[in-house]
Amino acid sequence: MSFNNLDQLYRQVIMDHYKNPRNKGQLDEGSLTIDMNNPTCGDRIHLTMDVEDGKVSEAKFEGEGCSISMASASMMTQAIKGKEIETALKMSKIFSDMMQGNDYPNDLDLGDIEALQGVAKFPARIKCATLAWKAMEKGLSEQE
Amino acid sequence: MNALEIKKYFPILDQEVNGHPLVYLDNAATSQKPVQVIEALDKYYREYNSNVHRGVHTLGNRATDAYEGARDKVRKFIHAKAREEIVFTRGTTTALNTIAQSYGRANVNEGDEIVITYMEHHSNIIPWQQLAKEKGAVLKYLPLQENGSVLLEDAREMITEKTKIVSIMMVSNVLGTINPIKEIAEIAHQKGAVMVVDGAQTAPHMKIDVQDLNCDFLAFSGHKMCGPTGIGVMYGKKEHLEKMEPIEFGGEMIDFVGLYDSTWKELPWKFEGGTPIIAGAIGLGAAIDFLEEIGLDEIEQYEHRLADYAMEKMSTIEGMTIYGPLAGEKRAGLVTFNLGDVHPHDVATVLDAEGIAVRAGHHCAQPLMKWLNCSATARASFYVYNSEEDIDRLVQGLVKTKEYFSDVF
Repeated sequence: MSFNNLDQLYRQVIMDHYKNPRNKGQLDEGSLTIDMNNPTCGDRIHLTMDVEDGKVSEAKFEGEGCSISMASASMMTQAIKGKEIETALKMSKIFSDMMQGNDYPNDLDLGDIEALQGVAKFPARIKCATLAWKAMEKGLSEQE
Repeated sequence: MNALEIKKYFPILDQEVNGHPLVYLDNAATSQKPVQVIEALDKYYREYNSNVHRGVHTLGNRATDAYEGARDKVRKFIHAKAREEIVFTRGTTTALNTIAQSYGRANVNEGDEIVITYMEHHSNIIPWQQLAKEKGAVLKYLPLQENGSVLLEDAREMITEKTKIVSIMMVSNVLGTINPIKEIAEIAHQKGAVMVVDGAQTAPHMKIDVQDLNCDFLAFSGHKMCGPTGIGVMYGKKEHLEKMEPIEFGGEMIDFVGLYDSTWKELPWKFEGGTPIIAGAIGLGAAIDFLEEIGLDEIEQYEHRLADYAMEKMSTIEGMTIYGPLAGEKRAGLVTFNLGDVHPHDVATVLDAEGIAVRAGHHCAQPLMKWLNCSATARASFYVYNSEEDIDRLVQGLVKTKEYFSDVF
């Protein structure tokens, strides 16, 4: 089966995160908790994070949604764990630029996240990819 | 009925999307427009654009005649008794909100009941939620059967002397269920309640006779029935509309304006504040002409056949879950489904890459999604220009979707 265009969207690493989500679950009560949904399509994320000494020490998510939204959530939690709040928020900004097809600084190691670049070419799916990031941004910007 | 001949009137359908001929199967969201409607709008703006009901100039008269002529077409289309019973609105949502805010506010009090069903579209839930909250009334939901139907015995039980309003969709935009409105209206009337009908998915696809249904109100939109966006209809029995207060005030709807008090125009204009949706109404009139030329009974039968064909073909795909009426049961021309573990968004994205447009999401029916126990579904909905060939393309697309995701998994 060949769908060249689709293969840019559904990269193997994305499907791997979808199938085997990292950091699935939720942290104990008292953790930073953000619930967000995408009202136009029904995608939903429940994100919990622990912040210690200005760093994200732990992050877990639960939710319902398509491969892109769930893979993005998995990658996001993986990326921000152990990072300073400032760095996590910077990553969120970079991710937003990436989704809009803008240039972004490459001084941070984005790891798996770069696989999501192809989403920018599917405007209808950008909201799926950004849901988890918006939730993280909302939670952490209140901590700053 | 010849769908391929009809398709020729729809210029938008003659295009490629992502390298494939477009198959448009998102008709329950909005239909495409035939040249007859596009030309009616074009002609109005090119030749006789003017405000209506005022001034004495020639163009103003032509515009008024066309606008009011569209009202007569709508009256005939839904078999209403009088043209005064036809109010133009922005769409189904505005019509239902007007009924809730005008009739509802005046007639629903604390402890009264409003009865709807689990399958309603958000536009037939939230106006009643808001009214119930404001008045301290009780909002009740009729339960659904496994096949997505409503039982009359449940209606008899849940509609009580306290019920003031029963508001139900005639055709479900998700399940394709066709509800027994006439029978439910009779039950509502026995208990002294009014029957409101959400006809958004009915008006485009089958004959509506408001006198035969004996409903008190009916709401529908132009854009789902070949007409333009931004135009819809609120039908109400004259006896109700006469007593109801407008909810929008301003130009067009007034009779006499004093410094501290004003009086309203007669029906239907008291509900049409501001410059009306002139082009929209004219476009809707052209859409009605177009549909009546084909014949609403013809359309209904054709779409049932398409739905049966789709059910038959789609159910052969392994892992396919189809919601709503079971095979062989009557269903409107749409099929809502899930394809194994593949999320509906992913299904819709792969189909789009094949030039096939379907809807994915909660279809503005979150309570129904909860009842179905899923967060989202995909939906293929058909119209007069769709053919068995389109359904074959859909089925091929779905098979490819399945293969594609089994490859990457």
